[in-house]
Amino acid sequence: MSPRPKTKSKPQLDFGNAWEYSPAPESTPIEIASKYKLFINGKFVAAKSRQSFDSINPATDEVLAKVSQANAADVDDAVNAARKALPAWKKLPARERAKYLFRIARRLQERAREFSILETMDGGKPIKESRDFDIPEAAKHFFYYAGWADKLEYASPGQVGKAVGVCGQIIPWNFPLLMAAWKIAPALACGNTVVLKPAETTSLTALRLAEIFQEVGLPDGVVNIITGDGRTGAALAEHKGINKLAFTGSTAVGKQLAKVTAGTGKKLSLELGGKSANIIFADASIDQAVEGIISAIYFNQGHVCCAGSRLFVQESVYEEVLEKLEIRLRSLRIGDPLDKNTDIGAVNSPEQLKTINAYIAQAKKEGAKCHQLKRKLPSKGNWCVPTWFSGVQPAHAIAREEVFGPVLAVMSFRTPEEAIQRANNSAYGLAAGVWTDKGGKILEIASKLEAGVVWCNTYNQFDAASPFGGYKESGFGREGGRQGLLEYLDFGGAR
Amino acid sequence: MSNDRLAVLKTYKLFIGGSFPRTESGRTLPVVDLKGELLAHLCHGSRKDLRNSVVAARKAQKSWAARAAYNRGQILYRMAEMLEGKRSEFIDAIAATCDGGVRRATKEVDAAIDCLVNFAGWADKYSQVVGCNNPVAGAFYNFTSPEPMGVVGVIAPNEQPLLGLVAMLAPVIVSGNTAVVLGSEQHPLATSIFAEVCATSDVPGGVINLLTSKRNELLEHFASHRDFNGVAAAGCSTKQRTVLELGAADNLKRVRLSTLKKKDWYDVKLTHSPYRIERFVEMKTVWHPIGS
Repeated sequence: MSPRPKTKSKPQLDFGNAWEYSPAPESTPIEIASKYKLFINGKFVAAKSRQSFDSINPATDEVLAKVSQANAADVDDAVNAARKALPAWKKLPARERAKYLFRIARRLQERAREFSILETMDGGKPIKESRDFDIPEAAKHFFYYAGWADKLEYASPGQVGKAVGVCGQIIPWNFPLLMAAWKIAPALACGNTVVLKPAETTSLTALRLAEIFQEVGLPDGVVNIITGDGRTGAALAEHKGINKLAFTGSTAVGKQLAKVTAGTGKKLSLELGGKSANIIFADASIDQAVEGIISAIYFNQGHVCCAGSRLFVQESVYEEVLEKLEIRLRSLRIGDPLDKNTDIGAVNSPEQLKTINAYIAQAKKEGAKCHQLKRKLPSKGNWCVPTWFSGVQPAHAIAREEVFGPVLAVMSFRTPEEAIQRANNSAYGLAAGVWTDKGGKILEIASKLEAGVVWCNTYNQFDAASPFGGYKESGFGREGGRQGLLEYLDFGGAR
Repeated sequence: MSNDRLAVLKTYKLFIGGSFPRTESGRTLPVVDLKGELLAHLCHGSRKDLRNSVVAARKAQKSWAARAAYNRGQILYRMAEMLEGKRSEFIDAIAATCDGGVRRATKEVDAAIDCLVNFAGWADKYSQVVGCNNPVAGAFYNFTSPEPMGVVGVIAPNEQPLLGLVAMLAPVIVSGNTAVVLGSEQHPLATSIFAEVCATSDVPGGVINLLTSKRNELLEHFASHRDFNGVAAAGCSTKQRTVLELGAADNLKRVRLSTLKKKDWYDVKLTHSPYRIERFVEMKTVWHPIGS
């Protein structure tokens, strides 16, 4: 139950339209080919399927390029190339393997602007996010794991891990290049070879990364990139030639993949969905917490597996928090993702927009109260204004299921025990946020939350050195840090 | 011993939630020695017993995990003490029912005691080995520490009935997990006697639950029970592995298969390692800003 909102609000500054921003587009031209082939054995090759699909700019509906649809025969070629490349790559002195990874990191840094623009055009995320987060973090990931390559014996002292073999990796569309880096960098550092399948709607930066592999002279077949939809992913997961499958995506698909790999001896790591709780206590610094709410749920249009999509506010500050949230939301700018002032970009695909809108409709139907920013949206593309619901009950779909969009469910609580109990009352366990200025309380709540990542007085922070991954149905295995290496090493009977 | 005294033949019971219930199924299994003579009976545990065990294990888990690591270490050490006290009983039982005679049985029991002592010592140290501070590029204090998974099913190997059970159980419970254990199907007597060790060594009720039954009867229930956070199993055939992993896919419980060969159970480099504990924890990473 939420307290009744106050009828009279405090006076607020109102600038009308006087503070509208002028457009500030990132206008550096970049080259996009009209058609992309598959990257197998170090070369771009035409798909045996002879089929392709359009990669569309979700902010403009424009076709950016045609991308190949890999079929089972193409997957087979890619896995065989990875298998052929494995012995030599494994045997290469570790410090030499490291140097390839360092080179990749450097080239990514040098070509960062081009990658940022392409990422934003292909996926719809604001340029300031791809420029300041996605691309630099991807480079950092390669740099971080490059350094591990010749130090593996210290990752698990007293044990010797070997490369697992050929790794099939399937990644989502929300952080396309970054997810590719999360998967490829630790795999290569440990001496594995890779077949990577990017998400259907966001293949372009992964294919451009393949150009970097060519530039730096990465041996043929060490990384192969095959594009396509779920059928391509299924063919890769089922392929007998892979020793490990790493997947980031929805829990439903993750469970299917766990079934597909059951009994096969394939090593499996899953980074799946979430319904993460963001808990604000009365003794928090409220202004900071409001900023935290924004970054928790509206970062990357809410297309974030660890998004703080369930907000729990302690009853005594409920009204204050919501009032400040509403004021803060008014300053968010939604629109052209290539504009450097844009905060909220385009929803990745029409299908995802449909899913989000269905959740919004269901929440209304179930009796939650919908609050939405009133904004004029571009006439083309897929858009969803920042949305939040009050009057949410724990049984509502909006409080239980992953929306993967800019939609927040707001609830109140009275005691820390209640907050913990309700936060943990979820099949998911990916992340959580806690806001309070009391140190002892922070540590207690953080230790009791069933989540792989707990952000205290902050939210949505990531780093190559920091392990990321979930409890419960949010998957298993960690990415980043020392723990991320363990997923790509085989310790035989010792583990 | 004079021949005219009739020995008291024991019927061993299950160990669930700190007490010794009979199986609700009413079934028993005979235990015979290598010559085929009846030694005892024990309970043939059922799916219902398994479910009751999970309830007991879940109930006990939070408070077990909340105890100080030092305290959990002392309790594991107490188990070693009680096991040492029952050393000859275990040697007799194992020598009577397993190949290799008293010599092999002695080696096994001693290794099991040493294994418990080893993990008693890991209780307040393993997180210092497998956890870490992470030097992130920003003004944040960031650390990763292990937390227990919750309730873990343990399916012990057939051979080395005591050592296999102890070597699989100790790394599971030392971090704060509670366990539902299915002991060796071929040599279940050690499991039943081990229950008496647990009952007398300050292990809170429900932390360790011990079942004797047929592996293929209970395997799919270990796999599909939604309140297990993880399942550990040793000596699985490909078919058994498939059953476990298919069932586990339903709630994504963690499956940890042990591939140790028969002689590996005596290799302390493999079995006495903190990485055995690391298999049954979840890594939690906590961020906090630095600065005022």
